[in-house]
Amino acid sequence: MTTFVELMLNGLSMGSVYALIALGFVVIFRATEVVNFAHASLLLAGGYFIASLHDDIGFWPAVLVGIAGAAVVGAAIEFLVMRRYRGSDHSVLAIVTIGVDILLTTELTRRLGTDVLSLGDPWGDSVLTVGSVSIAYTRIAAFVAAGLLISVFLLAFRYTSWGVAMRAAAESPETAALMGVRLGRVSLGAWAVAGGLAAVAALFLTVFPTPGLERATSLAALKAFPAAILGGLDSTTGALVGGLIVGVTESLATGYQSELTFLGRGLGDLAPYLVMTVILLIRPAGLFGTKELTRV
Amino acid sequence: MSEVLARGRELRSRNRTRLTRPRTYVWIAGVVLLLALPFYLDRFWLQAGLFAMAAAIGAIGLNLLTGATGQLSMGHAFFLAIGAYGYCVFAGDGEGGLTGLGLPTWIAAALAVGVAGIAGGLFSPIAGRLQGAYLGIATLALIFIGQHVLFNAHDLTGGSNGRDVPPLSVFGITFDDSELVVAAVPFGASEKLWYAGLVLLFGCGLFARGVLRGRPGRAMNAIRDHRIAAGVIGVPVARYRAGVFVLSSMYAGLAGVLLALVFQRTVPDYFGITLSLEYLAMIVIGGLGSVAGAVAGAAVVSLLPQLLTRYSDALPLVSAPGTGGITPGEASRYLYGAAVVAVVLFLPGGLASIAARRSRPKSGHTPGEEQ
Repeated sequence: MTTFVELMLNGLSMGSVYALIALGFVVIFRATEVVNFAHASLLLAGGYFIASLHDDIGFWPAVLVGIAGAAVVGAAIEFLVMRRYRGSDHSVLAIVTIGVDILLTTELTRRLGTDVLSLGDPWGDSVLTVGSVSIAYTRIAAFVAAGLLISVFLLAFRYTSWGVAMRAAAESPETAALMGVRLGRVSLGAWAVAGGLAAVAALFLTVFPTPGLERATSLAALKAFPAAILGGLDSTTGALVGGLIVGVTESLATGYQSELTFLGRGLGDLAPYLVMTVILLIRPAGLFGTKELTRV
Repeated sequence: MSEVLARGRELRSRNRTRLTRPRTYVWIAGVVLLLALPFYLDRFWLQAGLFAMAAAIGAIGLNLLTGATGQLSMGHAFFLAIGAYGYCVFAGDGEGGLTGLGLPTWIAAALAVGVAGIAGGLFSPIAGRLQGAYLGIATLALIFIGQHVLFNAHDLTGGSNGRDVPPLSVFGITFDDSELVVAAVPFGASEKLWYAGLVLLFGCGLFARGVLRGRPGRAMNAIRDHRIAAGVIGVPVARYRAGVFVLSSMYAGLAGVLLALVFQRTVPDYFGITLSLEYLAMIVIGGLGSVAGAVAGAAVVSLLPQLLTRYSDALPLVSAPGTGGITPGEASRYLYGAAVVAVVLFLPGGLASIAARRSRPKSGHTPGEEQ
């Protein structure tokens, strides 16, 4: 039972981190209808900024710079690449983001080499023990930070004029533009927000118990894709639920893999994708995604 | 020789005026050049060329799916792996504790392609219903499932060490390094496989061109351009999507078999997500939706690292692996990553559209027919 509680807590904490990534992904999709395959490299960029700066300027300033840096990278992708596309086919734009991803990931993995960089977080490997359940401080910090950011984001999405503009642009770009919403600014904002959220996620993907920022971190970031898809690409609620499902599934599959050895080692990495496949078989638009309706 | 004959038949059956076009002579010169190359090139370049041929076959398949039907697939590497490992399992002789059925190798190759098709068919409940980028992410699952199986099913795949690939033998010719001297040139595995690769690539290209120009091709393009309209005029959308997915998997399976034969050893690391992205880069750079585009893109993306490796001493900024600078592999990834972005933004239609643009004023072809 203790193991189960620990695994659930760890899973929820990881899940909230995946939800952060998936949220950025969904924001870009809602604002611009582009599926951003470069998201994993945005995350790697944020992590790299934090890892390379924390020695010189301290941890917290480094985190802020990392968030700002990743936001700038995201905005730069929108401004330099996405905006230049004159066609209207959004699946072609998805392929452009794959090209951007190849470029960014190559650059960052070349810089990382075979190193494993520490992000210099203050929590270290200390563990909080309540009764017989113990959980790492990093996991608690991840859960709190992700929860806080997600709430702030959702409130802003609902109540600020920026959020209203973004929802209007997602609903109907033409009408929003006629009402004075500047679509370019909305999509620039969406990419910047997604970059910032990814940088925070990078921090919590690389703290204890994971060794640190390395090449494989971008693979961990890929787990946010099934999170976004199984929740429904155009739903913020879906991103949260999807993230939690992925986190918990992964944690349980990793924790109980000694009892599941007949399925092979490393099942935890696979589990999110299996869950996604099953959910897509039942609900092709994801759990909370709007079923596409077309007027002919 | 057989492709020269096929080419001749094709030429005769067409309009006579074709014989007066420069295009025809370019084709003939190209075929003669390709047939003559093994007599002059060394092993390194033959291997590079063979990789390009295998990649071209896989890219043609992916272009049918992503280019012509608009279904993004990030799972192509999975089907390549099925082809490569399927061939090993069917043809292997069961040495070293690995499963091997010991079938004649050409049957094994055909079965491997079939198994890749079946795997594509098993995914059809998803491939038929999802579209575009959704399918792209769903097919990511295939990559991870594939990697998991490759690393864990030791009996079939040999785990992380991979397994040896038995040489192919057809009509009494074995494609291994037993030397066969033709016109005073020793023919090893690469030279012999070169011709097998040419025949396969030519056949695959013709078949895909037939699919694209015929009724299925029109239906696929209709699904890509307007799914609802395609459905309304009577195209069975889900069935076509699933069908194209299966066909594309079989192309990938064949490419996998050829790759395995060239490598002579299959390792699971190779069939990761990077490989899938490479294939997507190929079809985007070459030109979405056309056979010529897939071949051109495959040649560019797979020959680039080889070229950079060979000439890394002479090039600025590029240095040999392990010396700290930009390795040839990384340099080529920079180049084709940038090429993908540049092509979509500035040259929609890819490399194939340059050729089409040049020949259009004279021949009066519409771009659609160039497919």
